[in-house]
Amino acid sequence: MTDEQGLDGPAPGERPTPSGRRNKQGIRIDPEVEAKHEPRRTVISALVEHEPGVLAEASGLFSRRQFNIESLTVGPTDDDERARITLVVEEPDPGIDQIKKQLRKLIPVIAVRELEPDAMRRELALVKVNAERPDQVAAVADMYDAKTVDSSPETATFEITGARQKIEAAIETFSQFGIREIARTGTTALARGTDDTAAPAPAESTANEANNTPYTQPADDD
Amino acid sequence: MSERAAPVTATEEQRDDQETPSEEPSEADDTESATDAEPTPVTTGAESVVRALENAGVEHAFGVQGGAIMPVYDALYDSEIHHVTMAHEQGASHAADAYGIVSGEPGICLATSGPGATNLVTGLADADMDSDPVVALTGQVPTEFVGNDAFQETDTTGVTMPVTKTNTFSSEPDRVGSDVSEAFALASEGRPGPTLVDLPKDVTNAETDREPDEPRTPDTYDVQERADPEIVAAAAERVENASRPIMLLGGGVIKGDAAEVCREFAIEHEIPVVTTMPGTGAFPEDHELALEGAGMHGTGYANMAITHCDTMVAVGTRFDDRLTGGIETFAPDAEIIHVDIDPAEISKNIHADYPLIGDAGTVVEQLTEAVDESPQATKWRAQCQQWKSDYSMAYDTPEDEPVKPQFVVEALDEATSDRAVVTTGVGQHQMWAWQYWTYTEPRTWVSSHGLGAMGYGLPAAIGARFAADDDQEVVCVDGDGSFLMTLQGLSVAVRENLDITVAVLNNEYIGMVRQWQDAFFDGRHSASDYGWMPEFDTLAEAFGAEGFRIDDYDEVADTIDAALTYDGPSVIDVHIDPQANVYPMVPSGGDNGQFALTEDQL
Ligand SMILES: Cc1ncc(C[n+]2csc(CCOP(=O)(O)OP(=O)(O)O)c2C)c(N)n1
Ligand SMILES: [Mg+2]
Repeated sequence: MTDEQGLDGPAPGERPTPSGRRNKQGIRIDPEVEAKHEPRRTVISALVEHEPGVLAEASGLFSRRQFNIESLTVGPTDDDERARITLVVEEPDPGIDQIKKQLRKLIPVIAVRELEPDAMRRELALVKVNAERPDQVAAVADMYDAKTVDSSPETATFEITGARQKIEAAIETFSQFGIREIARTGTTALARGTDDTAAPAPAESTANEANNTPYTQPADDD
Repeated sequence: MSERAAPVTATEEQRDDQETPSEEPSEADDTESATDAEPTPVTTGAESVVRALENAGVEHAFGVQGGAIMPVYDALYDSEIHHVTMAHEQGASHAADAYGIVSGEPGICLATSGPGATNLVTGLADADMDSDPVVALTGQVPTEFVGNDAFQETDTTGVTMPVTKTNTFSSEPDRVGSDVSEAFALASEGRPGPTLVDLPKDVTNAETDREPDEPRTPDTYDVQERADPEIVAAAAERVENASRPIMLLGGGVIKGDAAEVCREFAIEHEIPVVTTMPGTGAFPEDHELALEGAGMHGTGYANMAITHCDTMVAVGTRFDDRLTGGIETFAPDAEIIHVDIDPAEISKNIHADYPLIGDAGTVVEQLTEAVDESPQATKWRAQCQQWKSDYSMAYDTPEDEPVKPQFVVEALDEATSDRAVVTTGVGQHQMWAWQYWTYTEPRTWVSSHGLGAMGYGLPAAIGARFAADDDQEVVCVDGDGSFLMTLQGLSVAVRENLDITVAVLNNEYIGMVRQWQDAFFDGRHSASDYGWMPEFDTLAEAFGAEGFRIDDYDEVADTIDAALTYDGPSVIDVHIDPQANVYPMVPSGGDNGQFALTEDQL
């Protein structure tokens, strides 16, 4: 019964087939030398209207589109009406491109930019450790420029600021004393010098940027 | 088709007329209508909401009443806007969506808070997927109750955030009208889509004399109209040097009113044209350059052309997976010139070698100017013609078997004008309606593409009826399962005396699912065999519509004629061959060039 339900014509095996192929990102490839798009970590900064719901909109976008976001911070700017969202993402180039473009589409988003690898990036961590060996604890704190925020007979809490690697190294070193609790802010960042972090850009630039995200080697954070 | 866009001046004239006392009492008992040609100043938030709609030229709105939206409805009572009370809010959102597709102007739907708003969601999600202009206005509990789980409170902006282009919780009586104006502008400007304004009852009830601002998009909303001239020049050169070019026209061509310029471009340079499903009607399917639709159930010739082309001018398409099949095998030899108004669509799924961001019409005009010589593609065109005959869509009609659905679709097409509007449900019948009707005009194919929402057909026909010209027939080709989901809309069609014809291609099956089960689940018909369906003709009569039934080939033409002639809603229960299957078929993620023509090729 099923055969008579079909249509006539050359069967799949009898048809010519093209020689090319695309990869998963939809880019045409030479099957011999397939260029791989490895994920890379980068910082994206977005200037947004300071209004309720913006953060929900942005975070909803990331979860819905399965973007890999490592950290997200948000805070006011010098303009009361605007806030800055700073994202650290880890994605291959086409994914990073999509994040920027999809963010730009949100109505309350004013400007979006991927920062240069040399951008200034900082994170703050509060680390609460056991204070059984106060001298050694103090020595480690000193090593990482950590400030004492609180101390009790059993605990000492430090504030550490710096690039991610520094914070990770500090935490690693503090762990020998036994870490009771940690709170980290996630990375916030600004472009260097006169370079604007995320200022409204003329529409034209989006066109040129449409497709070519030059691949830049991510420098170590600071 | 700009001639169908509501001309603002005409509406204004109408509004002026209506403000003068009319002799004819309106059916609702008559009122103290203003004696002034000037619109009366607004006094409440709700009035300014309605004024915003009037200023935007809105003539029709679709919705259902309820507690939190009552102030807005009260203001509508004095308005010339024709409100269509729907049987279900899902129908209101689908009707508004279809209105938007056919007219090119945002369709308006209204609902109360809580269940009213959640019932709109399917239609909003559909409009979002298909980029249809829709404005939804939802009632909300008074501001002081928001967050307290009040009666019929739903976080409507939260629920609809992922399925709208944008939405707003309107919190200030002085802004509420302007919020609606802005939502209207955002629904249609740039890439269209659904917008929603949530209206707390205290805000609409509050006093305000603030007239709404003009419909305007916010400053943060930029739309690029013209593409980068350098990329246009490079793309033009690519077109000139192509040996196997095609144009792929998507829904953006229709939304951007770019069908005309795309047609001229294709014909001038003799480039074969393929459409996506939402792009149906962008190019006349009876033209010799037309290869019709591509993708999962596209024609064999469209899929061959898409697979073997070396240059693709893709306009207003988002390269949906139902179109591309497996990415790896999609147009693998083609350099892609991608024209789209949404930068995020460029290289989202398919890498664009020539990204052209801008309005479809404007950019194709830029291309038209930049291309000096037509590509040398005589052999390629001959190849496309050869594929047309190799992979003909012809089907058998054995007299001793039940009526073939394809035959019914062709008969409906035959009996109607070129500008007839077709709406559908989702399933096999939708694919047959797409494949076997010959579309020649934009805004005549109205379907749920990206979302694939069963139940779309009848409410869409209602919305389309209000948007279409009187001489355009509106035909809903529905499935039995899809029709069951929203057939309560017949009550609306009868009440409003809408001239629409529903042809239910009744196979007493969830046919598309049955077809997949036969192909991929060893024929195990789990929950796909209805085995029994109500008599749709009798049911239609119970609603006050005209019911018809077809069982044999010799009844087809006459019954269709009678149903179309009937001035009002009619339903034809067409008992088709329950075993009929949709071919060609590219299985999900498959290779477009390897489409199956029979089940054993899957
Ligand atoms: C709201 C909704 N629920 C479920 C589905 C899954 N689905 C896709 S096609 C289909 C069958 C539709 O049956 P019918 O309307 O009779 O169409 P047919 O395929 O028989 O022509 C179903 C259940 C859907 N698309 N939409
Ligand atoms: Mg069915």
